[in-house]
Amino acid sequence: MPPFIKDAPIERRTLSVLVDNEAGVLARVIALFSARGYNIESLTVAEVDRASHTSRITIVTTGTAMMIEQIKAQLDRLVPVSKVVDLTAEHEAVEREMALVKVQGTGEKRVEAMRLSDIFRARIVDTTHSSFVFEVSGAPAKLDKFIELMRPLGLVDVSRTGVVAISRGPEGM
Amino acid sequence: MAAQTPTREQRAGTAGRQMDGAHMVIQALLDQGVDTIFGYPGGAVLPIYDALFEHDKIRHILVRHEQGAAHAAEGYARSTGKPGVMLVTSGPGATNAVTGLTDALMDSIPLVCLTGQVATHLIGSDAFQECDTVGITRPCTKHNYLVKDINDLSRIIHEAFYVATNGRPGPVVIDIPKDIQFQSGVYTGPSQIRHRTYRPKVKGDYAPIQEAVELMAGAERPILYTGGGVINSGPVASQLLRELARSTGFPVTSTLMGLGAFPAADRQWLGMLGMHGTYEANMAMHECDVMVNIGARFDDRVTGKLEEFSPRSKKIHIDIDPSSINKNVHVDVPIIGDVAHVLEDMVRIWKARNARTDAAAMKQWWDRIDGWRGRKSLSFRNSSEVIKPQHAVQRLYELTRHRNTYITTEVGQHQMWAAQHYHFQEPNRWMTSGGLGTMGYGLPAAVGVQIAHPDALVIDIAGEASVLMTMQEMSTAVQYRLPIKIFILNNEYMGMVRQWQQLLHGGRYSHSYSEALPDFVKLAEAYGCVGLRARTPDELDAKIEEMISVDRPVIFDCVVDKQENCYPMIPSGRGHHEMILPDTEDGGPGITEEGKMLV
Ligand SMILES: Cc1ncc(C[n+]2csc(CCOP(=O)(O)OP(=O)(O)O)c2C)c(N)n1
Ligand SMILES: [Mg+2]
Repeated sequence: MPPFIKDAPIERRTLSVLVDNEAGVLARVIALFSARGYNIESLTVAEVDRASHTSRITIVTTGTAMMIEQIKAQLDRLVPVSKVVDLTAEHEAVEREMALVKVQGTGEKRVEAMRLSDIFRARIVDTTHSSFVFEVSGAPAKLDKFIELMRPLGLVDVSRTGVVAISRGPEGM
Repeated sequence: MAAQTPTREQRAGTAGRQMDGAHMVIQALLDQGVDTIFGYPGGAVLPIYDALFEHDKIRHILVRHEQGAAHAAEGYARSTGKPGVMLVTSGPGATNAVTGLTDALMDSIPLVCLTGQVATHLIGSDAFQECDTVGITRPCTKHNYLVKDINDLSRIIHEAFYVATNGRPGPVVIDIPKDIQFQSGVYTGPSQIRHRTYRPKVKGDYAPIQEAVELMAGAERPILYTGGGVINSGPVASQLLRELARSTGFPVTSTLMGLGAFPAADRQWLGMLGMHGTYEANMAMHECDVMVNIGARFDDRVTGKLEEFSPRSKKIHIDIDPSSINKNVHVDVPIIGDVAHVLEDMVRIWKARNARTDAAAMKQWWDRIDGWRGRKSLSFRNSSEVIKPQHAVQRLYELTRHRNTYITTEVGQHQMWAAQHYHFQEPNRWMTSGGLGTMGYGLPAAVGVQIAHPDALVIDIAGEASVLMTMQEMSTAVQYRLPIKIFILNNEYMGMVRQWQQLLHGGRYSHSYSEALPDFVKLAEAYGCVGLRARTPDELDAKIEEMISVDRPVIFDCVVDKQENCYPMIPSGRGHHEMILPDTEDGGPGITEEGKMLV
């Protein structure tokens, strides 16, 4: 890593990437991160416009400001990538993540899990006499918190979507 | 309103026609103006070879190894400015092409590589000669495609040419399963096809160009640092570079890849810069106050130790690839665009503004440069007994300079000596593997150059170790009567490795001696070409003349000093101002522990 990049503070950024939804495009993006030694904290992808075969990839990454500039330029250079936006630096953005959280237990613990889920506005999407599956969404930190609270109450399994994000205000990407 | 001129495929009446995949491939190549492809057949491309069989408009050059096809296509591309095209089979055909594709990616050479693939229903079943070609070539291509539907085939081929040649050029692979080659579909012509979203920016923004001109006009110690991007941008870019240099009076240096864009005979030329560049070029880079990077990428062979790279300069950087900006070196004025487009605006603004630098400061700057020039960093102690490799290149230059000559190289000391002592006045005359440093590049590249320029004198300045890596392409040269000249500076060492072992590893020459070399003269004869050998300086000129006059492929075994080192040199981990010069060879700055980690 060049010296002018090395010494700057590490930042966390959320990038939104519009891509042509063609075979291999996700592999290309992921390979780029591994080949160049960039970090991926989370990555989500889904088609957002069927008619134009456009998918949107949301990547949370960390690095110095210059590294982020490089990551953006490298992403933009991929042929099927049509747009890259740094939602953290260039916009105010809404970030959301969803988690499905399975908790197993009976008695006091079960009641406490229920009570906490209410505070976090989690929905119960599956239940047995001894378990719940909660659906909870919000900022990643809120999910972290909820999962931590569930841990002593019989946490069994967590499945998270990774972050999706969109800019605030009327403008599109 | 003028009547619309019909496109090529409309004239030919092929657009919208039904045809099978193999014929579609040929039609698409024809519509792209392809006249030559380099290839090697196999099971998964038999239908395409069958379609080629009937064709006389596309010349197929049968190589002897798929790596050779790639380098030949590179040589063809680099010497013509057109994309190179290659055709190989699935599995080993594709994997053999990987080195060449990576080479083209690193040096931004436009290639279109067609690979055969097992039938679509067999993909993923570990079928005979199946490999994940798009997976393997994803990191070594600019883009790649697997064709899964016959109706996408012609579009994909046209798109591939667009992608390979637009923006920063590079190799594109199209993987075509065998069943697709047999299927019938509707052919689409190239006229409407670009790419749905890929639109590289070619015209630079006005504001930064103007800002750059301001900086340049205020400069007291300016330099133009040019690279392969000038060559890739086309001959106009080289003309504009000359015009910019003339209008500004700035000194000009270039990377290995950019040699020829600016004439070496010009007074403003400082020679190549970088690890084995001239003292004056590197010192001027170190001491300048305004640096104009034109189509170069601050490569580590050029910058040396980054912390000490040109510490007092404002840097302007023109590049078509935004990811090159601020990658290794922080620049003050980035200009994203094609070199020719940007230089056109830059020259215009410079002239319109009637810009002039401070004449006294410029005089002082040139005086300093002349002082550095006075060190004669490319000098060497010549000998009357043994042929010094530098002397051999100098004689080769003197005896071929007035001819229509193209030079390719292998990788090693001989490559650097060629860059230092063979002087280029025009672009597209110099073909070398810069980014990847691929031994074995030069011979097949010479094949590709000679195919494109049948009447030219094409010389591969080679090392005896490198040339053995792709030697089998001599057979290609013989088959197609290509009078390429393989000029081997035979030092019986992997000289560049030996030099590093001498400087870094205390003279422990581990496995860098070229043992059991073939007799190159006999080898030439075995291939059916001409073998020549020069052992002493006395006979060198006559032998070179003989090589030139033979109208057949020649392997020239030039027996040179085994121990010669390539200087000047910036030791790894050092700055531009810390060069080892030929006369300080023993007392120069050593290599630091940190430097040893670098390659
Ligand atoms: C394919 C490949 N393998 C290894 C190397 C490492 N390497 C760089 S230069 C060199 C020696 C080249 O020897 P030769 O062709 O005789 O050239 P010389 O340096 O002697 O002029 C080697 C092994 C390389 N560049 N490419
Ligand atoms: Mg050698």
